[in-house]
Amino acid sequence: MRARPEVAAAVGVVLVWCVFAVAAGPTFRSGAGAAAYLNAAAPLGILAVGVALLMIGGEFDLSVGSIVGASGIVLMLLTTELGWSVWPAVGVTVAVCLALGFLNGLMVVRTRLPSFIVTLATLFIVRGLTIAAARGFTRRTQLGGLDDVPGFASARWIFASDPVRGFQVSILWWLGAAVIGTWILRRTHWGNWIFAVGGQQEAARNVGVPVARVKVALFMTTAFAAALVGIIQAVQFTGADVLRGQLQEFNAIIAAVIGGTLLSGGYGSVIGAGLGALIFGMVRQGIVMAGVDADWFQVFLGAMLLLAVLVNNFALRRSQRVR
Amino acid sequence: MSTQALAALSVVVFVGACAQDPAPSGERPRSAIRFVVVTHGSSADPFWSVVINGVRDAGEDMGVQVEYQSPNTFDMVAMSQILDAAIASRPDGLVVSIPDEPALAGAIRAASAAGIPVVSINSGLDVSLGLGVLVHVGQPEYDAGFGTGERLLASGARRALCVNHEVGNVGQDRRCQGMEDALRGGGASASVLAVDLGDPQDTRQRIAGALASNAEIDAMLVLGAIAAEPALAALRESGRAASVRFATFDLSPFVLESIAGGEMLFAVDQQQYLQGYLPIVFLTKYLETGTLPGGGAAIATGPGFVTRENAERVMRLSERGIR
Repeated sequence: MRARPEVAAAVGVVLVWCVFAVAAGPTFRSGAGAAAYLNAAAPLGILAVGVALLMIGGEFDLSVGSIVGASGIVLMLLTTELGWSVWPAVGVTVAVCLALGFLNGLMVVRTRLPSFIVTLATLFIVRGLTIAAARGFTRRTQLGGLDDVPGFASARWIFASDPVRGFQVSILWWLGAAVIGTWILRRTHWGNWIFAVGGQQEAARNVGVPVARVKVALFMTTAFAAALVGIIQAVQFTGADVLRGQLQEFNAIIAAVIGGTLLSGGYGSVIGAGLGALIFGMVRQGIVMAGVDADWFQVFLGAMLLLAVLVNNFALRRSQRVR
Repeated sequence: MSTQALAALSVVVFVGACAQDPAPSGERPRSAIRFVVVTHGSSADPFWSVVINGVRDAGEDMGVQVEYQSPNTFDMVAMSQILDAAIASRPDGLVVSIPDEPALAGAIRAASAAGIPVVSINSGLDVSLGLGVLVHVGQPEYDAGFGTGERLLASGARRALCVNHEVGNVGQDRRCQGMEDALRGGGASASVLAVDLGDPQDTRQRIAGALASNAEIDAMLVLGAIAAEPALAALRESGRAASVRFATFDLSPFVLESIAGGEMLFAVDQQQYLQGYLPIVFLTKYLETGTLPGGGAAIATGPGFVTRENAERVMRLSERGIR
């Protein structure tokens, strides 16, 4: 049997669930408990799907957290400052974020610098522009009042309703993103290209894979995921602040790695990244429900990451030996 | 939502019935009572570390269980998710800070609707009652500014400068406004100088410039311990350290040393230890007796004043993490 990258993450989900089902007691097993960790995992899961695809394609995007922040602020400025209604503003917000992703991709492809460095630069540039734009237009860093804007009711239904009481619709977006991402990766020629570009870039180029186009498209995918998360959170909280999304770039990479995606590219799974986000959400919320002080969350998170990488490494080496 | 209102009402009736009937709540041992504190301040922040010490000490003194949770960075999305998990664990009481009302309103309303008594601390004085919060414990910023103005007036100030390093932060604006009103009331005058602490050198030069251009300035207030150092440097530079009455909001080792050394007249202390301690006491007594201070008004933990007389003592308490 061939080991799939997400197997270890699936086992991890069951293990973590069992640990907190005991440690946090009935709270964690209740509907409200499940809603608490699924709602927390959903936005990270959406990001992790995009980030996993990009990492399989051999690149990093450290600017996704900043793009989440930019997305919310652009949406708020267009609606509450310029008086647009919600839907045109959502369209322009997505377009702005796609343009940022395009620029990331273009710079990586053209300069041939490591994407780690290029997107580290855009992490600061985009966050700085977001703060400057918010303060320049409004002199504030927290913008509210989206619920008074025309079109909010339908936007709320799409982005921030709770179809099942307590469970937010963003969970469906997360599932949808994982299904579409998996379909692209496993069933289309784009999927083959992504694996090829991440595994052996020169070989891929030689057999005619449009490497630059694939990479730019992948950076636009992570930017789109970030735009979606920014919009969902702005609608959910009827506003945005300039610090939204901070550190999410690392959390998304952590989720992808826990899900079995290799840092070196060419190997990984979108479903695994989704499961990685689920583990992240369960640990984040399970610790609160178990009554452990938040001081310990980062300790758990680091240990979890280390454990996941060790297990993945072990599984990978075994499967290679069998082959 | 009439069903929600009905649910909330029935909970209120139920809680009220418990409070009148000593049997169920009176017999419950205090060690079984569990309160959760969720704030926006990480325990790595010296200010919030003092709040946490207040929470812990009160937990020991009351003999109840206390848990402190907060996001690692100022992250309203993460804070709201932590609140969801805390509420799902059905604590006997919840203590929460409200720095961003739209982002947290939903979760706080859900807590009071679920019959969990909620006390707010630090930020959120103006919005707390509208969210079903029982009582707010914090420093009313206008009153603190007014008290500062009165103190400066009593020490003989006639023309004061309020140095604001966070223009647009409503709380900071209110502090300056309060000081100005107090001085006006006593026939003196005040003005505001906006500075940017991102550039301490520029801060220092602008304060020195303001002092040089107006020889009548005989008092100066800065709005945070972080601004005290460049401000004192500017005073020394312009040779006015002896003649200008100098005061600051909040404490730091530098501020305490300057007060003890006589270069600073006083510091305004919001005594955040009490913001951690008092809510635990209030909630314990509320569960046992149904009593609350002020029938729902705000409890002011500040302004307290640190002067040369008590600076030594405060320094010792500061080393123990209480001031």
